[in-house]
Amino acid sequence: MEWEVVIGLETHTQLQTNTKIFSGASTAFGAEPNTQACEVSIALPGVLPVLNKEAVNCAIKFGLAINAEIAPRSVFARKNYFYPDLPKGYQISQYELPVVGKGVVTIQVPAVGKNETYEKVINITRAHLEEDAGKSVHDLKSDGAVASMSGIDLNRAGTPLLEIVTEPDMRSAAEAVAYAKKLHELVQWIGICDGNMQEGSFRCDVNVSVRKKGSDKLGTRREIKNLNSFKFMTQAIEYETRWQIETLEDGGTIQQATVLFNPDTGETRAMRSKEEANDYRYFPDPDLLPLEITEADKVRVKAQMPELPEAMKARFEAQFGLTGYDAAALTASRELADYFVATVGAGAEAKPAANWLMGAISAKLNAEEKPLADSPVGAVQLAGLLNRITDNTISNNAAKQVFEAMWNGEGEVDAIIEAKGLKQVSDTGAIEAILDEVLAANAAMVEEFKAGKEKAFNALVGQAMKASKGKANPAQVNELLKKKLGA
Amino acid sequence: MINRSLKTLSQMLAEKQISSVELTQTFLNRIDALNPIINAYIALDKEKTLAQAKAADARIAAGNAEPLTGIPIAQKDIFCAKGWQTTCGSKMLANFIAPYDAHVITQFDAVGAVNLGKTNMDEFAMGSSNETSYFGGVKNPWDFTRVPGGSSGGSAAAVAARLCAAATGTDTGGSIRQPASLCGFTGLKPTYGVVSRYGMIAFASSLDQAGPMAKSAEDCALMMNVMAGFDARDSTSLNREKEDYARNLNKPLQGLKIGLPKEFFAEGLDAGVAAVIETAIAEYKKLGAEIVEISLPNTGLSIPVYYVLAPAEASSNLSRYDGVRYGHRAEQYTDLMDMYCKSRAEGFGAEVKRRILIGTYVLSAGYYDAYYLKAQQIRRLIVQDFVEAFKQCDVIMGPAAPSTAFKAGEKVDDPVAMYLQDIYTISTNLAGLPGMSVPAGFSTGGDGKALPVGLQIIGNYFDEARMLNVAHQYQQVTDWHTRMPDLAAEGLA
Repeated sequence: MEWEVVIGLETHTQLQTNTKIFSGASTAFGAEPNTQACEVSIALPGVLPVLNKEAVNCAIKFGLAINAEIAPRSVFARKNYFYPDLPKGYQISQYELPVVGKGVVTIQVPAVGKNETYEKVINITRAHLEEDAGKSVHDLKSDGAVASMSGIDLNRAGTPLLEIVTEPDMRSAAEAVAYAKKLHELVQWIGICDGNMQEGSFRCDVNVSVRKKGSDKLGTRREIKNLNSFKFMTQAIEYETRWQIETLEDGGTIQQATVLFNPDTGETRAMRSKEEANDYRYFPDPDLLPLEITEADKVRVKAQMPELPEAMKARFEAQFGLTGYDAAALTASRELADYFVATVGAGAEAKPAANWLMGAISAKLNAEEKPLADSPVGAVQLAGLLNRITDNTISNNAAKQVFEAMWNGEGEVDAIIEAKGLKQVSDTGAIEAILDEVLAANAAMVEEFKAGKEKAFNALVGQAMKASKGKANPAQVNELLKKKLGA
Repeated sequence: MINRSLKTLSQMLAEKQISSVELTQTFLNRIDALNPIINAYIALDKEKTLAQAKAADARIAAGNAEPLTGIPIAQKDIFCAKGWQTTCGSKMLANFIAPYDAHVITQFDAVGAVNLGKTNMDEFAMGSSNETSYFGGVKNPWDFTRVPGGSSGGSAAAVAARLCAAATGTDTGGSIRQPASLCGFTGLKPTYGVVSRYGMIAFASSLDQAGPMAKSAEDCALMMNVMAGFDARDSTSLNREKEDYARNLNKPLQGLKIGLPKEFFAEGLDAGVAAVIETAIAEYKKLGAEIVEISLPNTGLSIPVYYVLAPAEASSNLSRYDGVRYGHRAEQYTDLMDMYCKSRAEGFGAEVKRRILIGTYVLSAGYYDAYYLKAQQIRRLIVQDFVEAFKQCDVIMGPAAPSTAFKAGEKVDDPVAMYLQDIYTISTNLAGLPGMSVPAGFSTGGDGKALPVGLQIIGNYFDEARMLNVAHQYQQVTDWHTRMPDLAAEGLA
């Protein structure tokens, strides 16, 4: 029996605003508990919410980035439920009329067992603005008391969130993670979210169901809450999928439920079943007017937005003659694209710049688990190195040694070339002299070449390079050798 | 002294005939004597009050006084005032000391008015008799066996018994106008959005509006000049140019078109009240007004609509009183749910619980469309009624309440009878329109006691200055607003 997994994501992205969505309290992370909780954050009697326009701008940016309809009129609603870290007893969210409507995110998914990717379009159902809750801190030991207590930190209460909801369009953990990564990059790219998953700035709820392949009916879903790393997301979806399939194959049924992923065991476990779910009694918040967004607002926000990854990818292909694959890879993150543009801007040729960036630099960063921002070789330095290849000062091979030295902080390009004596010999006379010696010393190889053995030519080139201690310009060696052999 | 208008008091202060400290002390002494019986005030803080009076005197001496500088004002206990006990008439907030000022409080502080104390009210402003207050009922100064009306019953009794120069109130369904009618003074509920709700403890956010309760229309105008104004902290506050609400007071009423909605004079209106209103209308004719009969066909739906929408909003607004951060928390509980249940069961009174239950019910899945949505649709019809009516007239008049003050305990077990007290006032809240109650005479009940009757004036949006003019002109030719209850007859003063 062939099973198919069906996945949809709800992602809470914390918006990068200085103040909370409905008050002037700071949103900075990591402050002492309750020091960023103003009278509105604490929900004192009589306080009222006032919408932060910056949060609205973030929502407009996202809507524009995914080519979605931005609602000319959307409504804030109250989602009513009791929880200690929800100070008002309701969360201000958007329910029937969200600010962002249907849109699309195009993802590149790594194909299983192949070193390539396939493209897929994920449909976004909606994105809406809402406020975050505070945090419950459990098992606080009060001084000298036997009983443990729970604490409430309301610093986070009221932090603006954009909840982004997809259609159930993903069919594997790989697709779900590719979407999550793409979204993660996109929200950082347009500057609405810092993407910090450890601090909870980007949290995913994943809805998973399974069905028999070919069926067009959705199975009963379980929602894996609050995944804050891509690794956990993969593990959680894979475990959950296996669990659901096994349950069904054993004759069981799936109950709709909210589940939590335990990274220690790698398992998902039901937190509460939907039967116990709250009736949230949504209704329009009478304290807030409907949010109206005009065409002029959109034009104004659009003018503040950077070039989007898709547009930049197309431009890289057209302007630099890059392949679609390279252009997609370079625009996978804003940092990478910026680095590439800066390298080219410093005079490097585009294709080698792309190759080095995705090759040598990416490999080093991966090995050392460093972000691009921490690369010891910056864009200008990389351009300097590439320019020395282009102007024939060093060979590609020598460049690798120079790069290694630059990475290790041994100095600037030219100084390293000088110190290591890696300057390429491009003087025709000098190379001819070397070749003459090599030909004289390897008469047998010359005979083999003349007898039709092509391999002998490469061997002779190798001898010449060796004789020049690797410094001879390989292209010139090839060319001059051909001439001398009359080939 | 205690009977003087705000304008006169202001002049006396300016001319140093009296100091704010003396004036304030006069009222404090009167409160000391009468409040133990009338129970108009929940919280007094003489030290703070007199410090404000002293500061006001310094300001007057420095020559930068405003019209209300040094005037002692009673504040309904629904407004958060920094450092003041702010209870909203509830056990839930009995020990709550507000750490910030409501916009209304800030406005009065800014002009150097004196906060005399926090006045009693129905719990969370839910009630029409002040009997739902955790701090006990308030006596109607005209007859101690009767209620002052509600929810602003404490402010009403304080104004009527001259326990303040003027007071603030709030009006969600009639809570300024009905007690103004029952206690015989002038009260104004402004257009929704004219006075900021920031720091005013919410009952039903889309209906709540603060306004003045005072001895005359002119006093109300001076109060409005302080209370009204844009506040960025309230998203429903209207950003309009500042206006002088006293500017039109002296305009003649020649040609004024008064609409009388036939629905306001139908069954359910006490005959004595009807007679008073008819006499008042006759007075307006003498002032040159024309009478137009109009219809507000959906008036009968206003109470059912109100008792869906207001509890719906209230059920959500009152969720924050959960015992977690402030307010009442049960002493004994087994777990979180138990703490919530016990804290709220102990902290809220019966009427508040009733409305939370109604509100929770009408917002529940499966009932929302039939109740909440339907009520919103009818609310729009009610608005439309007024739009049509104001095509035919300048102001609408009628009774503010269906009867004079009723006996304490009389309606307390019959919520529907109590809800009918607001039959003439609720529709203006639903429409967001301004309304006021003006003393228009007395009606003698069965026991021979003459009790005040209020004439309601409803204006179009932002027509407060016009309404105050209409009321003021009436008060120039009548003296109902100057009548004071004879507290000596109640064995007092």
